[in-house]
Amino acid sequence: MNSVGNQCTDLKQQYDACFQTWFTERFLKGDMNDEICAPLFRVYQQCLKKTMKEKQIEFKEVDNDHLGTDKEYKSPRESNQA
Amino acid sequence: MVKYFESNTVFHFTWEQVAQGFWKRYPNPESQHVLSEDTVYREVKDNKLISKRLLTKTNRPPKWGERFISARTVRIVEESIVDLKQKTLTTYTRNIGYASVMTAVEKVVYKPSEENPDWTVATRSAWVDSNVFGFGRAIQAFGMERMKKNCQKMVVGFNYVLNSMFPKAQTGEHGPTTGSSNVNMSSVQTGKEKLKDAAKKASDLAKAKAESLYASASCQPSQSS
Repeated sequence: MNSVGNQCTDLKQQYDACFQTWFTERFLKGDMNDEICAPLFRVYQQCLKKTMKEKQIEFKEVDNDHLGTDKEYKSPRESNQA
Repeated sequence: MVKYFESNTVFHFTWEQVAQGFWKRYPNPESQHVLSEDTVYREVKDNKLISKRLLTKTNRPPKWGERFISARTVRIVEESIVDLKQKTLTTYTRNIGYASVMTAVEKVVYKPSEENPDWTVATRSAWVDSNVFGFGRAIQAFGMERMKKNCQKMVVGFNYVLNSMFPKAQTGEHGPTTGSSNVNMSSVQTGKEKLKDAAKKASDLAKAKAESLYASASCQPSQSS
């Protein structure tokens, strides 16, 4: 899958490949140490952040967490319980 | 007012397989509307994997909606938590950009099926909200329809990815994982056994058909308000 910036797609795909192997071989087996893909993630993020700035993507909106916070929408069942 | 619907989908794959497939969901033949996918955040915290991805999708508003939504693409933020201990994968997606016109939120919780531990149940909740004066209801209805359509695409597309990642050797790609007898186990078969096989194949086929029917029905609302 492509990155939002064409120039980041190669870096993204290298990171994705590393992550997917890590997820299967390590994480799912209970090994939570994720340092192995950290260098690839770092260079990919540098490229991505630059592109997001150029494309004027709303950083604030992206950074905002909703899941597990007050902003999370609740089903009618959940809101009745609350 | 917020429109809400929920639905359940059963994937005939283990929770671990579904969790792996989740990261490779795109591209698939049903995802032409997904243009890009990026991981903007990732961390392991308290034995949970927390990720955030930014997706770009094509956006075709209805003709009457063009006055509110001019953008050709829409950006989606997808938060997710993989909890290995609880065996849950929770995803939460929302649109950014034209949130003042319409907010579409979807939450999906994937966990092992209680019926069959080799299957995974996805419970999907969706909310559509719009506050555009005079058009709120029309926009909501449009948003709901689109989410239902995308839900079906998502189920078919995800199954496609899972089938290619974890092919089912004996029973064919639609075969349910329940079968314990090995159909092609032996080349020396008595007539009776052959008949049994034929019966099993027929029943598998029927199950697969029912399953695909179920998959399309699974995106229908089971509750709405």
